[in-house]
Amino acid sequence: MHIPDGFIDIPTSVAFAGIATAGMALSLKGAKSALDEKTAPLAGLTATFIFAVQMLNFPVAAGTSGHLLGGALAAILVGPWVASLALTVVLVMQALLFADGGLTALGLSVFNMSLIGVWVGYGIFILVKKILPKNKSSISIAAFLGGLISVPFAAAGFVLQYAIGGTGTFSISQVLTAMIGTHILIGIGEGVISALAVGAVMASRSDLVYGYKGASQVLETRVKE
Amino acid sequence: MVHSLPSHLKIIAVLFFVLVVVSTPITYWPAFVIFLTLVVSAAIAGKIAIPTLAKRALIEIPFIFFAVLMPFFGTGERFELGPLNLYRDGLLAGLSIVAKGTLGVLSAVILSTTTTAREILRGLERLRLPTIMVQIASFMLRYVNVISDEMERMKIARQSRGFDATGVKHWKVIATSAAALFIRSYERGERVHLAMLSRGFDGELPHTEAKSVGTRAWLIALTIPTLALITSISFQMIG
Repeated sequence: MHIPDGFIDIPTSVAFAGIATAGMALSLKGAKSALDEKTAPLAGLTATFIFAVQMLNFPVAAGTSGHLLGGALAAILVGPWVASLALTVVLVMQALLFADGGLTALGLSVFNMSLIGVWVGYGIFILVKKILPKNKSSISIAAFLGGLISVPFAAAGFVLQYAIGGTGTFSISQVLTAMIGTHILIGIGEGVISALAVGAVMASRSDLVYGYKGASQVLETRVKE
Repeated sequence: MVHSLPSHLKIIAVLFFVLVVVSTPITYWPAFVIFLTLVVSAAIAGKIAIPTLAKRALIEIPFIFFAVLMPFFGTGERFELGPLNLYRDGLLAGLSIVAKGTLGVLSAVILSTTTTAREILRGLERLRLPTIMVQIASFMLRYVNVISDEMERMKIARQSRGFDATGVKHWKVIATSAAALFIRSYERGERVHLAMLSRGFDGELPHTEAKSVGTRAWLIALTIPTLALITSISFQMIG
């Protein structure tokens, strides 16, 4: 469930929509090298994957279950630019087609998930990868930490928005404790699943892992002149 | 009538309406009764059954829990309501979140039930969403069923091998499935891409010429948000 309408006031929502738009403009620019109109099918299937993987529940305990947010995972697999575009498309579609998340709150969610979630996850991943020795298990450890840390940071984004323009009466410290507390737990699940999933992709098609090669695979096509 | 409106007008109308609703303070509660009436009349004009509308609005429930807790934990003035001892500010804030959130969800549901996904994409295109994002979205819509079927098949395959996910020890299996799903999605993307290239795709998707939008369509689309705006302003003027 994403942020509904009326939870954060309009000036704050508009400001974050502006930041989100700027972020998307940058992502479009950044993705240009890896992505043009011709490769839209690849990015589109990545978005589909994120959408589907968010429906994949993993059991936690006593009948409760969680699901992946997928920001860090997508960033590691297809690169942060394409990942943030794909995640934004997913959020827009969820709001317009499934009424999941308010239309006026779209900028807030895009900021938290497509910008913070993706970039913090990817940043941590790159940082950890730099520190650790260069081998495949380091990739998994880096993916774990990326996933783990990205989730509470995305939650902190929400707390920031709540602190600026929240309409509720819970104090900021109450919201901070509740959000960060639960999201550290969610982050552990996110981290473990992201690491295992990246590990599994590495085992069979390491060429598809952007965070491993440092560049996305360019599909070679030869045209008869 | 609602179905045939151009989709970008509907998106604008919903956005405009929700902006008005969210900007209206909850203390002018009669305005919210009128907002709800407007939403319901739009649903009736769009021939949406009210139970359908209500059922699809259930997605909001997690936030309602949050709002329901608000009157019980807080600070400030308290008052008795039957057996309950509530915080006035908390009650108002909770009501505001529920009322505005519900109106937002209801309008979005009206938009999505009266507009096909393809039309919504066309609307976004006309609202100048970058082409590449529209294309990403259109591929997503086209393949979302294929990919979720793929996921379902993997689930059935797991179950037929006796797998039952009960706890943390099963995460590896779930994660491996996610990885397989990624590889399958990505490889499908590659195949689609190659198939399109071999059919002469050059980055431009075929378009049907967009119809120009008459004043009448604008008037119809903006009726409800304008009525909402007038309601909101007049209640705030009266105080």
